[in-house]
Amino acid sequence: MIKFAPQLINLFATLILLLSFAMISQRRIVSLINLFMMQGVALVITSFLLGYATHQPDLYVSGGLTLVLKVIFIPWMLHRMIRKLNVRWDIETLFNVPTTMLVGIALVIFSFSLALPVSRLSSSLAGGSLGIALSCVMLSFLMLITRSKAVPQVIGFLSMENGLIFAATAVTNGMPMIVEFGIALDVLVGVLILGVFMFQIREKFDTLDIHHLETLKED
Amino acid sequence: MSWLGVFSQLLALVTALLLAPLLTGWINQCRALLQNKSAPGLLQPYRMLHKLFNKESVMAEHASPLYRTAPYLIFSCMLLACAIVPTLSTDLPLSPAADAIALVGLFALARVFLSLAAMDVGTAFGSLGARREMLVGFLAEPALLMVLFCASMITRSTSLTTMVETLAHRELAIYPSLLLAGVAFVMVSLAENARVPVDNPDTHLELTMIHEALILEYSARHLALLEWAASLKLFAYSCIGLALFFPWGVADANAPLVLLLALPVLVIKLAIGGVVLALIETLSAKMRIFRVPEFLGTAFLVAVIGLLVNVLLGAG
Repeated sequence: MIKFAPQLINLFATLILLLSFAMISQRRIVSLINLFMMQGVALVITSFLLGYATHQPDLYVSGGLTLVLKVIFIPWMLHRMIRKLNVRWDIETLFNVPTTMLVGIALVIFSFSLALPVSRLSSSLAGGSLGIALSCVMLSFLMLITRSKAVPQVIGFLSMENGLIFAATAVTNGMPMIVEFGIALDVLVGVLILGVFMFQIREKFDTLDIHHLETLKED
Repeated sequence: MSWLGVFSQLLALVTALLLAPLLTGWINQCRALLQNKSAPGLLQPYRMLHKLFNKESVMAEHASPLYRTAPYLIFSCMLLACAIVPTLSTDLPLSPAADAIALVGLFALARVFLSLAAMDVGTAFGSLGARREMLVGFLAEPALLMVLFCASMITRSTSLTTMVETLAHRELAIYPSLLLAGVAFVMVSLAENARVPVDNPDTHLELTMIHEALILEYSARHLALLEWAASLKLFAYSCIGLALFFPWGVADANAPLVLLLALPVLVIKLAIGGVVLALIETLSAKMRIFRVPEFLGTAFLVAVIGLLVNVLLGAG
């Protein structure tokens, strides 16, 4: 089992990357939330595996935190939110998915080439997957840029946070516990506030399209 | 080249010819059962072939020789493809004839002739199907090449037999790039074999069809050959998938006795693969034709990421 741990970690890292790409091209909001949940599951498994392989109980706590927050609580809250906002079956019109994906590939190549020299210096078990973590962050950025509705934007933000946590776990075998808890709390509060925002945007503009926020005055 | 090699080559050919319609029948049966329909018999494709071979062939009036020869050409392309894919053994005398890249070319050759023949008689459906087939084909080919290159990068060879030998006889390792290549391969084979998200193999006379539109004008033995070639293509694709991603149980030159075991293993693997394919087809809805480029573009990109991951993580 220990022997396979690095390979398994790489495998799940790849799965996280694959899910990031799936999220970019996903049009349905419900499926988007499910994909985000799956990404969370892959992250949890990676944390547990790394904790098991390096004998660091800290990582179990970090993984458990991710499990409770990002696999159970936030998806549940997002599901409830889209039901209340009545956008559960909404399909976002994405323009030109292939182009977005090509940009995504370029981002992956960029982050891989950026991470290759860094990960050579890393002594961590999963140092090689720094490139994958970095490209997940980049892909989430891309999602934040290309999406125009509020809910996918929130999911993009959360997925970026997934990538960051994964980067920290992969390179340094986990951040100090206090930082970990701080980030978790931040994300939780962030999502709650963004939820309130979404209701306010809907109240004001009758739609969740955030392009309406670009103009300062109504005229 | 040894006698054993010749024997295993012949065995592989006969297996492909006999098992291919059975695989199609098995998938149809699984799909019917999953969709709560009463299933046609497992041997239905054989009966179909038998019926078609005994009928009199009817040709369009202005059909050129190309139209007549195309079914034979397509059938032999698919048969050669089945011969160079290591299904039972990697000791294949024909395998130096074509490597992974030439295999993709072989599929392309069959596709070109099928499209030309469809356009030859000048019906509206034929040229419509031909155009769609080329649209699917030119997007699926690079994706399939990238999938094969993923495996080539790990095994450092483009010869299919060497690839399978290396993959089957290394110590057990998990390659993340093969995961990505596998996902891409499933998407490509769905498109290439006219399966549900891209094309519906059940429909006749529907505006969305691709494969059926191409062979609409054919009858009797020509149609039988084309149907058989389609099953052979599905068989070849399944075997490429099994050989690259689940290469256990394939015999090689040093252990000929494994050949005895290889056939039951292959049948079991194909049966499981058939169930999975039927499941995918039942769970997914047919997509609009204009979504197909997106679907295949995704397959291509996933395969490219597979290659990149391979570079990033090294060969293990």
